[in-house]
Amino acid sequence: MIASLPAAFLIILPLLLILARLLKFLPENNNDAITRLTEDLDRILPQTQCRQCGYDGCEPYARAVAKGTVALNLCVPGGSATERGIARILGREPATSTNKEAHDADPQIAVIDAARCIGCVKCIRACPVDAILGAAKQVHAVLPGLCTGCGLCLPPCPVDCISLAASPRINRHFGWTKPGRLRSPRPSA
Amino acid sequence: MNRVLHDFPGGLKLPTGKELSDRLPSLLHPLPERLYLPLHQHVGHPAMPCVRVGDKVRKGQLIAGAREYVSVPVHASTSGRILTIGDYPVPHPAEFKAPCIVIEADGLDEWHDIEPSPDYAATDPADLQRVIHHCGIVGLGGAGFPTHVKLGEGFENAVELLIINGVECEPYITCDDRLIQEKADYIIAGARMIAHAVQARQCVIAIEDDMPEARQALVTALDGDDIELVAVPTRYPAGGEKQLIRTLTGRDVPVGGLPIDIGIVIQNVATAAAVYRAVTRGEPLISRYVTITGAIENPRNLQVLLGTPVRDCVEKCGHRSFSESRIILGGPMMGMQVNHPYIPIVKTTNCVLIQQRESLPPELPCIKCGRCSEVCPAGLMPQRLYHAALRDDFGQAVDRHLFECIECGLCAYVCPSRIPLVRYFRYAKTQINNKERQLQTAQDLRERFLAKQQRDRQDARSSPSAPEAAQDDKRAYLKEAISRSRSRRERIRHQHDPDEKPGDD
Repeated sequence: MIASLPAAFLIILPLLLILARLLKFLPENNNDAITRLTEDLDRILPQTQCRQCGYDGCEPYARAVAKGTVALNLCVPGGSATERGIARILGREPATSTNKEAHDADPQIAVIDAARCIGCVKCIRACPVDAILGAAKQVHAVLPGLCTGCGLCLPPCPVDCISLAASPRINRHFGWTKPGRLRSPRPSA
Repeated sequence: MNRVLHDFPGGLKLPTGKELSDRLPSLLHPLPERLYLPLHQHVGHPAMPCVRVGDKVRKGQLIAGAREYVSVPVHASTSGRILTIGDYPVPHPAEFKAPCIVIEADGLDEWHDIEPSPDYAATDPADLQRVIHHCGIVGLGGAGFPTHVKLGEGFENAVELLIINGVECEPYITCDDRLIQEKADYIIAGARMIAHAVQARQCVIAIEDDMPEARQALVTALDGDDIELVAVPTRYPAGGEKQLIRTLTGRDVPVGGLPIDIGIVIQNVATAAAVYRAVTRGEPLISRYVTITGAIENPRNLQVLLGTPVRDCVEKCGHRSFSESRIILGGPMMGMQVNHPYIPIVKTTNCVLIQQRESLPPELPCIKCGRCSEVCPAGLMPQRLYHAALRDDFGQAVDRHLFECIECGLCAYVCPSRIPLVRYFRYAKTQINNKERQLQTAQDLRERFLAKQQRDRQDARSSPSAPEAAQDDKRAYLKEAISRSRSRRERIRHQHDPDEKPGDD
């Protein structure tokens, strides 16, 4: 009995190892791949967390795309540029573009009317990126540098004191425009 | 005095146009009625107002403080009343309005209590840097980088050489030349103070070899051999930071690096004079020399209080009609064109250049002549950069060292096809910077989102709140209890009312 124990070990151990290897190999690797893909996809999403795609945020949408269950063109703020990026990562053709061009023309941010705010903290709970400061019965304020303008704080507000306004960031981050295109005609052959 | 001078690549001798304004002594510009002081006149974070509308302020009083290290305070340029604090036009290529403090001058020009620092040589360098910070001093050569930050970096590293830059290479501008001629002693004293603040081993004051009067003034005022005076050959852009370092030392600032990386600190002459005033008198930076020149009647250098409208200064020099003229802040090569003169003189305004408005001939295709490469002082190939910017191929532009471009404007100046090359480079630079900023913001937001999600999940796990249905039950129960107790109270009152208090009222 005692002598047979090491022998039993010798037989069982490799079996266990092989089984563990197999278990690890099959489902986990797939998960790893999805996690990696999700990270890659998430990196090119605009991170507005606006839920216009129908998911709870950019990362959940990236995960769904990585699992291959949804269309690639659901990101509204990212527009067709993001769609092309997703397609490139997945090595797929972008959908025959039904998506609008990205509307990065005028970014907006939420603004709280301090006179009407009652300090209910509902908007703070709704904000996906913690861009609203405040406490119960204290007036709330939006951190303009972090607000993505997703508008998710608007519906929960019981007194409708939040509105979207042009982002002051546009003013600060002035960009030089491209000089006009060449106006001279090319000499015709 | 016999330092071996070196040569920098590229560069060009330009018609200077300096004779317009460098003959006459500078004039003290009269006190304007209103002063518009932008909160953001420098590189870094804007200052934060610390006065209220209606407050009385005196000349030199702090009106906006610096909350961050890379920021400088703003002081009242004269005594008066704070009229408003709001958005007004500021010197900016896109006519932006930015927060300004508007002071209505009371005409008394009464000084706030300022106190000089004790003997600077006995002061701790760090304290000296603090004085410079509190006096709101920034680089007056044009870029407006906070001086104390540069000095702080200098102090942390060993400084071999301090260069006081009086090489005013840009055409038309003569404000540094005039300042040297009139305040040479200030500059020398200021240079010694800066040298003490960074503990520099050597100090050089550099000017151009076509500034004989300035040289004479400095030689007369210089009373020691601790400062070396060097006249460098006149060739644009000899006064550029990297070019001047190359000329004086033969060394190059590393790509993407700063002068301090090779043990050098470089400051403008006007900055040195401002440091002198700040240290010996406690005077904050509230005025500066400005060259008003170009197609006007009496080109001249003015000593202007910061916040004075450009229009006042230009009218003082005999110019009336602005509709026909182009207004450039700074020089013709690197200056910024603005559309109207209703903007204030700020810490970085060294020159107002008025030119006739002319219609520019059209831009032609690049013929790859390579003249831009010959003149580029940074050793770049502007034509390659241009093609990259034209195609929006920003990766290529960065590979070809776009960010080493100092925007001196020589490439566009010599271009036979009149291509506004610098505008393409600025476009590419802002595109790249914006993209980087966007990526950084997206990364921050992503982390915040994931952190919030995790927090929400933890909250849900640690405090399993009663299921929705149970909560409803509870609410209904409470409501019923309240209504029961209320009805009982009603009943009791009804029972007691008739017999207990019949004739209460």
